[in-house]
Amino acid sequence: MESALSSYRVYFEIFKISVAERLTYRADFIFSTFVRFLPIVTQIFLWSAIYGIGTSSPRASINAYSYQDMVAYYLLTMVARAFSSMPGLSSGIAEEVRDGSIKKYLTQPIDLLGYLLWYRIAHKLVYYVFAALPYGIVFYLCRQYFTHTPTWEMWVGFILSLVMSFLIGFLIESLLGLAAFWFLEISSLMFIYMMLNYFLSGHMIPLDWFPSWLTVWVDLLPFKFTAYTPCAIILGKYDNSGILRELCLEFAWIIGLWIANRCAYHYGVKQYSAFGG
Amino acid sequence: MDAVVVEHLQRSFRVNRQKEGFWAKLRGLIKRESETIHAVKDVSFRIEKGEMVGFLGPNGAGKTTTLKLLSGLLMPTAGKATVLGYEPWKRENAYRRRFSLLMGQKNQLWWDLPAQESFRLHKEIYRIETKRYQDRMDELTDLLEIRKQLSQPVRELSLGQRMRMELIAALLHDPEILFLDEPTIGLDVISQNKVQQFLKYYQEHKQITVLLTSHYMKDVEALCKRVIIIDEGIIKHDGLLTDVLSQLNPQKVVTLKFSEHVESTQLSEYGDIIEQSPMTVKIRLGKADIPGVLSYALAEYPVEDVSVQDRPIEELFAELFSRRQTTEEETRAAVASM
Repeated sequence: MESALSSYRVYFEIFKISVAERLTYRADFIFSTFVRFLPIVTQIFLWSAIYGIGTSSPRASINAYSYQDMVAYYLLTMVARAFSSMPGLSSGIAEEVRDGSIKKYLTQPIDLLGYLLWYRIAHKLVYYVFAALPYGIVFYLCRQYFTHTPTWEMWVGFILSLVMSFLIGFLIESLLGLAAFWFLEISSLMFIYMMLNYFLSGHMIPLDWFPSWLTVWVDLLPFKFTAYTPCAIILGKYDNSGILRELCLEFAWIIGLWIANRCAYHYGVKQYSAFGG
Repeated sequence: MDAVVVEHLQRSFRVNRQKEGFWAKLRGLIKRESETIHAVKDVSFRIEKGEMVGFLGPNGAGKTTTLKLLSGLLMPTAGKATVLGYEPWKRENAYRRRFSLLMGQKNQLWWDLPAQESFRLHKEIYRIETKRYQDRMDELTDLLEIRKQLSQPVRELSLGQRMRMELIAALLHDPEILFLDEPTIGLDVISQNKVQQFLKYYQEHKQITVLLTSHYMKDVEALCKRVIIIDEGIIKHDGLLTDVLSQLNPQKVVTLKFSEHVESTQLSEYGDIIEQSPMTVKIRLGKADIPGVLSYALAEYPVEDVSVQDRPIEELFAELFSRRQTTEEETRAAVASM
């Protein structure tokens, strides 16, 4: 009990200090947040061209997505990515392994993964505080694209899947970062991951646009939870039992990835102390 | 009681050898050639509780590797070591709460934040009670004269100030054993002095065990009674600094000043003349010969002033290690030319 309380206090302190660090560079941070909204305009133009909006024969739907659905899907993936993307997590771990600052976690009574997780939670929360207003404005301006009203089950599913998508994103990227214990240089691995993830998470196009033989396989991977699943839930692509199934599956992936991370860290540190240093 | 016990510790690394040239690199893609480097070949020593020991040697001698082994960052290839009864590479939390490793070239404070934020995190990591934490902070910031800079972001501090903050971070949890790797590297003389004085005072008062590596012989001279000299992964000397010095250098430099011109002396029969002018002679003498030579000189020459000095410690170590390095370079050159 005493130890649970004190490790909670450690994580709370890591959380506080990370928030403080994040606030140091407010101006840069706010600016980058705004810059991230610029692609919205081009994406909306792109999809309106694909659907032939404003021409004499606009297409009512492609693969069961209307033009409105598509723009709504795109805007929602932005929200999902705001939860699941982890800029600098893998490369940060790799850097610490390479330059030896990883020693901090090995000589002090702290846990690297817990430390990084709380650091990330702090960064994300600061981000949401700053990004809430611009997101609100964008969604208000784009309200015409949201044609259905979600049920409360969809809302609950959406929020839960967003929170879990944060964990999935964190665990995948930290696992990649821990690969640095064996490879030292992981930037090409990162590049492959980013390319695949852009495609397999549904960030580029909805996953149900893929041919069915591919969808079967993509469905088995965890990447879809980082973009497609939350959007599909709120857009009503799943019925209630479908939502529940997806959430359970996502939770199982979190457990699996967590175990994989633990193992990678355990054996990685062994590898490091046996071969590196 | 021994705080550190090291028995026949060995640590080797495998490194990939990269050959020069296009074809050699291409061949390297198929067949990797690796080489085993024995960073620590055979190291044994004991350090008693409350001792402050200097760990000396040239670059690549195995000092830092040994410190990394003792702080649990590395596993040994062979041999045994216990620190405070723990096997370091098991990395038990109980052990990690009782020691500290400070590397002069690595920074562990949060760069963009005031150091006190990092200290507060340490308070939680090491579970220091609030009252105790306050007392420790007061004590350490006073000793290191750095209280004012506590609320300044670390990146704005001078190197000397930052090093003192690093010391606070390393000592906040009252470690019983402290491994210091080049704590004064890059510091100016004043900061170097401050760190030295602090370490001396702190160690004497708390009776903590310290193992210190440094390139600055001044640090070692000021702080350590005992030194361990390591070279090529093997311990070359272990003992009191004064004993090691006299072993390394059984000679002293004697300077004689004359009251009038002395054209020539017979002193070269007793030792090497380093410097000679009509008014002064500087001569290197074996310690045992000094009394005899002095009485002879006083009787024979118009001696006005006498001084007897040890050779500077830097010079001795430089000589010791450069002797090794030149022979090594020669063998390397010989191998390369084959």
